[in-house]
Amino acid sequence: MRGMTFIVQTMVMFLIGFIMLFGVYVVITGHLSPGGGFAGGVILASGLLLVVLAFGADTVRARLGHNLAVTWETLGAIGFLGIALLGFIAGTFFAHFMRPASGFRLFTGGAIPYSNIAIGLKVGAGLFGAFLMLAAFRAGEKGSGDE
Amino acid sequence: MTEVLPALYALMLFMLIGAIIAVETRDLLSSVLCLGAVGLALAVVDLVLKAPDLALTQAVVETFAVVLMIRLVVAREDTTREFTGDTLHVAFVSALLVVLLLISWQCFEGLRPVGDPLMTMGNEYLEAGRATGAANRVTAVILDFRAYDTLGEATVIFVAILGCYALLRTRGKTEPQIHADERE
Amino acid sequence: MHGVVPYVFCFLLFSVGAYAVTVKKNLVKVIIGVLIMDNAMNLFLILLGYRVPVSGEAAAPIETPALRGEEFIAHSVDPVPQALILTSIVIGLAVAALMVVMAVRLHEKYGTFDLTEIRKLKG
Repeated sequence: MRGMTFIVQTMVMFLIGFIMLFGVYVVITGHLSPGGGFAGGVILASGLLLVVLAFGADTVRARLGHNLAVTWETLGAIGFLGIALLGFIAGTFFAHFMRPASGFRLFTGGAIPYSNIAIGLKVGAGLFGAFLMLAAFRAGEKGSGDE
Repeated sequence: MTEVLPALYALMLFMLIGAIIAVETRDLLSSVLCLGAVGLALAVVDLVLKAPDLALTQAVVETFAVVLMIRLVVAREDTTREFTGDTLHVAFVSALLVVLLLISWQCFEGLRPVGDPLMTMGNEYLEAGRATGAANRVTAVILDFRAYDTLGEATVIFVAILGCYALLRTRGKTEPQIHADERE
Repeated sequence: MHGVVPYVFCFLLFSVGAYAVTVKKNLVKVIIGVLIMDNAMNLFLILLGYRVPVSGEAAAPIETPALRGEEFIAHSVDPVPQALILTSIVIGLAVAALMVVMAVRLHEKYGTFDLTEIRKLKG
């Protein structure tokens, strides 16, 4: 899949920082404001999708390879499962093991912000990896298909 | 309730017309764009019904889905044949859907009107949610009261993406071909 | 009876999606039908959770310094259906990605999106 013109690539280079920052903001303040892990993860994946569309799938596959997406996705999944298992410190599966502060501060809510970060990583990296493979897929590639 | 009804009716009529156009039109790119319009109208309906979390999520998910479908549709022509003598099938399915609507009329009469639901568990979740420390009660329900369901949902997404990887793999087939050619 | 009309709209939207899945011969139209059914079910569940208080207007289930405590619980809408739909929306996206990947593979092998062609088993 080819990339786009030079104007589009320059604008994407300016915009990608803001998009990723907004996605990280939506993930982190998920417990105080609308958003959370799922919406923020899809926003991060959309930012990376913009990079794939503007620069071409082959360039992105050479730089941010497919292994990067798979690694971050499994780290997110293991992180969420790890938070669940750490609940055993407080008694049962998924129990509260951190004491939440009161009020509308950022460092509150027990294990909720960490779960949001893990889910945001998982959803974002997974959707980016799936789209990268779809964009780099070319019919008639050597070894593809059955005949 | 009455101040939200006109906007709700207008948006739902827009969604219905968009869905009918998306299904019936012959050009594939137009139908994918109408699907995007349906999803965007659903995001605005979420805002009207006071669900900002859902509006944000629906808007970005709809964008991603439309880009995926355009990737499928672009540069691939529609080579389906026209309808030839299949009116019996269409008439049967349409009659079945009309009969289903008439049968479920009883259910619609049994439902409470919009704005006055039967469920009261929401109050208990709202009161107990203060102790979790999360001001966003929806996040408190997803990640604290119902965290096990979120774990199941993370698993479903993981498996779906693994399925995508397995279907799109093209490297694994070159090795047996090379050995089979060498053996001959 | 007048307050039930939004549910009837949801049912009509769902039946448009079901019609597309059962009748259409183009694979892309079938995928669009599944996504329309998904949207219709999410809309139905959101409508179930909407709650109007006796005085004032409904508020989102987010506690702010301006609206807290007992007043917040009296005015807020039900958070449980919204939590369930949030996961359902993202699952719908993952299933759509899987369907698109399957359609790409089918088009590569058979050269067409026509279901009657794909259904003929070629030996």
